[in-house]
Amino acid sequence: MTGKTLRFLVPNGHLGFAPLQPRSFELGVAARPDFIVSDSGSDDIGPGPLGSDACASPQEWQRHDLEHILLACRTLGVPMLIGSAGDTGANSRVDLYVEMIREIAARHRLAPFRLGYFYSEVSPELVRERIEAGERVAGLNGRADLTLEDLARTDRIVALAGIHPYNTLLDMGADVIIGGRSSDLAICAGPAVRAGFPDALAYYLGKVLECASFCAEPYGAKESVIGEISMEDVKVTAMHPDQRCTVASVAAHAMYERATPFVEHALGGELDMRHCRYEQFDPRTTRITGPKWRPAAELRVKLEGAGKVGERYIGIAGVRDPYTIANIDRVIEWARRAVEARCGRTGYELHYQVFGRNGVMGDLEPVRTPAHELGIVVHGVAPDRATAEEVCMIGTRQLFYARLPDVKGTAGGVAFPLDEVVRASAAYRWTVNHTLRVRDPLELFPLRLVDVGAPTETAGRR
Amino acid sequence: MKTAKLASLAKVVRSKNAGVDKITFDIIFADRGTYERAVRSGAITRAAVARLYGIPEARISDFVTFDPACAIKFTLYRDRPSGSPGDPDIFGAQQYAPLLDLEVPID
Repeated sequence: MTGKTLRFLVPNGHLGFAPLQPRSFELGVAARPDFIVSDSGSDDIGPGPLGSDACASPQEWQRHDLEHILLACRTLGVPMLIGSAGDTGANSRVDLYVEMIREIAARHRLAPFRLGYFYSEVSPELVRERIEAGERVAGLNGRADLTLEDLARTDRIVALAGIHPYNTLLDMGADVIIGGRSSDLAICAGPAVRAGFPDALAYYLGKVLECASFCAEPYGAKESVIGEISMEDVKVTAMHPDQRCTVASVAAHAMYERATPFVEHALGGELDMRHCRYEQFDPRTTRITGPKWRPAAELRVKLEGAGKVGERYIGIAGVRDPYTIANIDRVIEWARRAVEARCGRTGYELHYQVFGRNGVMGDLEPVRTPAHELGIVVHGVAPDRATAEEVCMIGTRQLFYARLPDVKGTAGGVAFPLDEVVRASAAYRWTVNHTLRVRDPLELFPLRLVDVGAPTETAGRR
Repeated sequence: MKTAKLASLAKVVRSKNAGVDKITFDIIFADRGTYERAVRSGAITRAAVARLYGIPEARISDFVTFDPACAIKFTLYRDRPSGSPGDPDIFGAQQYAPLLDLEVPID
């Protein structure tokens, strides 16, 4: 296969979170890539979207990017791969993107094509059975193994697919693939492995392209980049005329949002980037050689799970009196006691975030001197809405009535910009960040293949 | 000994989630000379970071120098998963500020 290459156009690192930039995308399309791919997932957005089965991104922006990519792919006649549909990759998000693809195809009267998709949700029941059978669901990042109690607090779990469902759907003839939750690198690594390129280079290609123009400089998000794989190397090129993929920008991307720049895990193995060599190939292109791929001795799939903590209200108060600022912990303690007197000590969460002291960093804040004024955000969380509101209301309003012995201002201890508490989205927690052993890398990911644009659609299964 | 604040030496100082249980910090220098002097100075170490943030060293999961990017990188365990009630910084994006004032010997 000497001389053969594959080229991937990546217009967005988190499809839908902000729209792709059309100008560099059109330049990328004009370069006639072999694939156009984009990941749409992130766990950066907090546990709320997965727990509540919603998107963090507006549908309008998701549709915008899917439409650009679908039309370009059908015009070029090349495959389109979308990973981790709708921020979370949950089943409902896959269905949402599948529906959008159908709708865009119908609106543009596209010629028939085959749409493949797969699901990534894992039922808590299945995980429960595995734990009860004595299987370890191993904790990541210092977490203990998953317990039945953790599981009982979990509303939804997704598994991170590797390259396998994408490649199987390509084998089945899919032209467009909408993926459930999957590793960011899978959408590039999959087709490259399938075409016979070395695993190490294929997985590196996926890793370096996962966030589109984040591997280029100067900083500018949502611009297109093209990655090219050969039997010997990977090359990445910025499509925006003012951006360049430099040795520094490409190397620096290995660090982004990862605990270490040296290793990246995926289902089936790990990518070792310790010995990568970076060279400036042309002014906008960097060439990379030397990554290694180590297949895993045991297949372990990463699980992400979120569970609802409760309904949530927030209150806001300000403080300007220097004596009150110096004694703010006593003021908060007063309000906490008032909540306890009414609601007891357990069954809710009450958090005080004190801006002007450590509202941004909490216990990590090294500065001990407070500002001349404080802003306090009061978070009340409880299983039902009425309790959450009451906890938050007492916890906020009693700041006003706190009894400090030497306070001069006896008409009210804090300032209220609103004399109310405000309902916020429900509070969730990441309850699962663990790995589960599997025998087959496809076993948690049911595949579907349908014809789009044809008079009758036939569903198929693996 | 002459010192300079890290803010004047580094091109990028940033923090961001690394998964849901960690926050990672990147200090990137514009040129190799400054990077190597900063590393050699001994001012930016696991112990110095632990002292600055007032945490035990065990809370730092990784601390590495990364030559190809002229970068020093370290990662902390969060005290609770990102976005949990009471977490003040869902993206972990504003936790780097104390690093800016770190005094680094430059002789």
